[in-house]
This record gives sequence, structure tokens and C-alpha cells, in this order.
Amino acid sequence: MTAALALLAPHLMTTPPLLTLQGVSRRYGDVVALEDVSAAVYPGEVLGIVGESGSGKSTLLRMMNLEDTPDAGDYRLALPDLPGNLFVLDRFARRMLCATRIGIVYQNPHLGLLMKHTSSGNVAERLLIAGERSFAALRGRARDALEASEFPLNRMDARPFELSGGMQQRVQLAKAIALEPALLLLDEPTTGLDVSVQALVLDTLKRLQRDRAITMVIVSHDLGVIRTMADRVIVMRRGRVVEQGLADQIFQDPQHDYTQQLVHAKL
Amino acid sequence: MTPILQVENLGKHFQMHHLGQRLHAFEGISFALHAGEFLLLRGPNGVGKSTLLRTLYRSYLPRAGHIWYHTSEGRIDLAVAADVDIALLRRREIGFVTQFLIARPRVAAEDIVAEPLRRAGIPAVDAIEESRRWLAEFGVKRDLWRAYPTTFSGGEQQKVNLARALILPQRLLLLDEPTASLDAGARAALIRRLADLKAAGVAMIGVFHHPGDVAGMIDREIELIAQEEPADVAV
Repeated sequence: MTAALALLAPHLMTTPPLLTLQGVSRRYGDVVALEDVSAAVYPGEVLGIVGESGSGKSTLLRMMNLEDTPDAGDYRLALPDLPGNLFVLDRFARRMLCATRIGIVYQNPHLGLLMKHTSSGNVAERLLIAGERSFAALRGRARDALEASEFPLNRMDARPFELSGGMQQRVQLAKAIALEPALLLLDEPTTGLDVSVQALVLDTLKRLQRDRAITMVIVSHDLGVIRTMADRVIVMRRGRVVEQGLADQIFQDPQHDYTQQLVHAKL
Repeated sequence: MTPILQVENLGKHFQMHHLGQRLHAFEGISFALHAGEFLLLRGPNGVGKSTLLRTLYRSYLPRAGHIWYHTSEGRIDLAVAADVDIALLRRREIGFVTQFLIARPRVAAEDIVAEPLRRAGIPAVDAIEESRRWLAEFGVKRDLWRAYPTTFSGGEQQKVNLARALILPQRLLLLDEPTASLDAGARAALIRRLADLKAAGVAMIGVFHHPGDVAGMIDREIELIAQEEPADVAV
């Protein structure tokens, strides 16, 4: 009989989205990684992206971090001094933008950290790229960022390879937030951690989000993580968005066959 | 006077793809609610009272009809409003009170209760003071205010939950059996708070296992009746 009612465009929300992606498509050879993906994230919001392996969710996050250029599509951040479509930026401009306005935490700390530099040095590197040169300022700001990430400061000169997985993620987080980015991207930030450690890292993320109102996009195959963190959720499958909605609605009243399978498969 | 909420022919069913079935919830629900009014939903277990509340809150997506909600900027149909608009209204104007607390690790009871005030921009010191006032009002022992509710008993968690849900006055409050399993002291505190909110003009729609708890407040009742389920329809 009836299909779901189509939702209207935002009306009460008058602030424009911080992040807008339009019609992003990407193929690697014959493999469709992303197909006509659009998304918007509003200031202070946490957007969750779920889907199984190969759904394109991490590829989409990498696009938001300007690590790749799509075959088609448009990406905008509502920040001063930026061109329209960020995908037109050259490598240098991308690097500056990512260093100063976008933070990212990867599942694999090797992607985000230099494992043989000190933890404080890893955080300071981000500040160096942004032009900070005073040693005292570098160390002070690295310390502040590590503290905000609830990293034990007596270990700030330890090298990541000496640290536990949970602590490595805190160093990545400190590096990501050191420059107070407008956008924080989280790619399976707690996957592979012990459940108790995972809860603590998620709590730190929640605190940061509450105290600083950072706009976040979090990718996870773990629906519990998404449920804890996200205000709204995008469900991806085979490179496409199959459903999006308020987090509680996606979990309590999933519409799409695939989302129902995902939600029902959760322990 | 313009009602705060006008529900017209609201319908809900669940499409269960793996069974190829449609689960009927309700249809043709219509009513109006004004500021300061208390509407009681009645009916046997499983008739869809909670489902109706969740549909009004948009945890469930309506399948038919309208939920006209009147704001200072005109009316908006909650049945089809954008997700971000719903999120905005939930932060400012529309509250949902259940018996269940979603406790988070390492967040103290007083911080959980203060959170809605903090999100509304109230300074931390004032928010915590107000939070403690409500924890005391609901009978949560002072020793527990700084503790993490993940370890509390069900009854104590529920008090924290109610304090949090009711600390920031909303325009519309949806109440899903908030008195279930509360001790007498907390129940009395809850009824006092609801009466104050009602007097202040908050509109409420509630499901109560013991409607006697709120007998003095009820302005109107809707009796949900088990509707003939349409034959299973292949999806």
C-alpha cells in the first residue's frame, strides 16, 4: 500500500550545513566504490556512517579528508577562504586544509602516527605544519591536546609503538584536535580495542563533542558505537546510500531491507 | 486558541522485509492538543500506545497522515519534517520520557541530569546546581550524585532519567509509563513536577500503567482499540 512518506527539506534549521557532498561517484577499475553519494552535516552534529565491509563507508570518509578525488562530485565546507568545490584543490592546498581544519583518527594507528617519534612530537608535527615554530608553544599545545584526549601526560614522551592500542588512539585524537578543527573524522576509531577500553575512548569523544561542539563524522561497522555517538545515520551498501535518518529511528524503525538485516544482526 | 499539536489520520505499520509481512500498528488517529493540556492514551497492552508516542516523536516513521506542530514560526508537519528539524525540536521543545536510562560509562549522575541545560547554553555551575536540586527532589541520595549511574539499581537509574528528562521545560512532553516501578517518594516528586509543568503551559501526552497516578491532571483521554489487522500483504 503506502510507501514511506517523503521527508521535506530543512525548514526550522536555518544554519547551513558545515559539510556538503553532492553526487560523489568513484570507481576503481570495475569496482564501484561510491555511486552518486550525497550527504550534509550540520555544525555541532555527529553523523554516523554504517555498512558492512566494502560498502564504501571508509572511502567516503577518505573523500571528506581529501585523500582521493572522485570521478564526479562536489564537496564543500562552509568555512572562510575556501573555493567552491574542494576536489579542485591541488595537493599542497589539500594538505594545508586537512592539517588546519580537518582532524582524522584512523582505525590503524600506523596510518595516523609516526610510531618511532614521541607522542608529543606526533601532535606537535601537526602544529609545525600550521606554522608554529616556538618549542615552548609546541610542547604546551601538544600537552593541552593530549590532556583533552585524556592521555596520561607522564607518558607524553613515550613512542606510540610502546603504547597500548587505546593510548595510541588517544595520541591520534590529540593530533587531530590540536588545531581545533572544524571537522573531526573518525574511521572505526575503537575497532580492535578491548570492550572496556573502547567504552573509555568513546566517552572521551563524547566529552570532546559536548565541550567543544566539534562537528564529527564517524564510520563504524559496530552499530553500538554508532548508536552511542551519532545524532543521524547514513546506511551504505555497495557504494550507495540506502537509507538515512535520525539515529533512534534507524535503529528502532529501519525501513530498508538491508538496514533491517543489519539492525537485527546486532547482538 | 491555536492548538500546539493537531494530529490528522495518523497511520503506522511496520514493513518486515525478512518475513515479507506488514505489521499493523494503528490508523486514522486524529486529535488536537492545546498548551497546558494533558491527554491520556488508554487501551489494552499491545494496542499501540507506546508506538503512537514513538511515532509522534519520530523514533518511528509515520506511514500516513499529519502531525501538525505549531511553532512560533508557523506550523510544521512532524510526519515529514527533515531529520535535522526534528533533532532541533527535540533539543528545545519536544521531550520524551521513558522508564529507561541510557547510562554512559564514566559520566556522573549530576552531569547526565545537567546535560540538557548545558546544551541549552546554561553555564556549567548553574546547570549542576539545578541538576542537584532535581536529584534531591527525586530522592537520589547525595552520595550518588558524583557516581556513575551505570552501577545504579534500576529504580535509582530511573530517578536520574526522570530528573534529566524533566529538568528543561519543553512545550510538548511525551510520557511513556514514567511511573512504572518508581518508589512512592519518587512517584510523588514526578507527579508534582508534571503538575507544575502543566500549570506552566506544557502540553503532555501520556501512557500510564496506573492512570490513577495522574488522575487530577487528565483533561482528555483517547482509547486505542485493537483494529482489525489487514490480511498479511506480500511486500
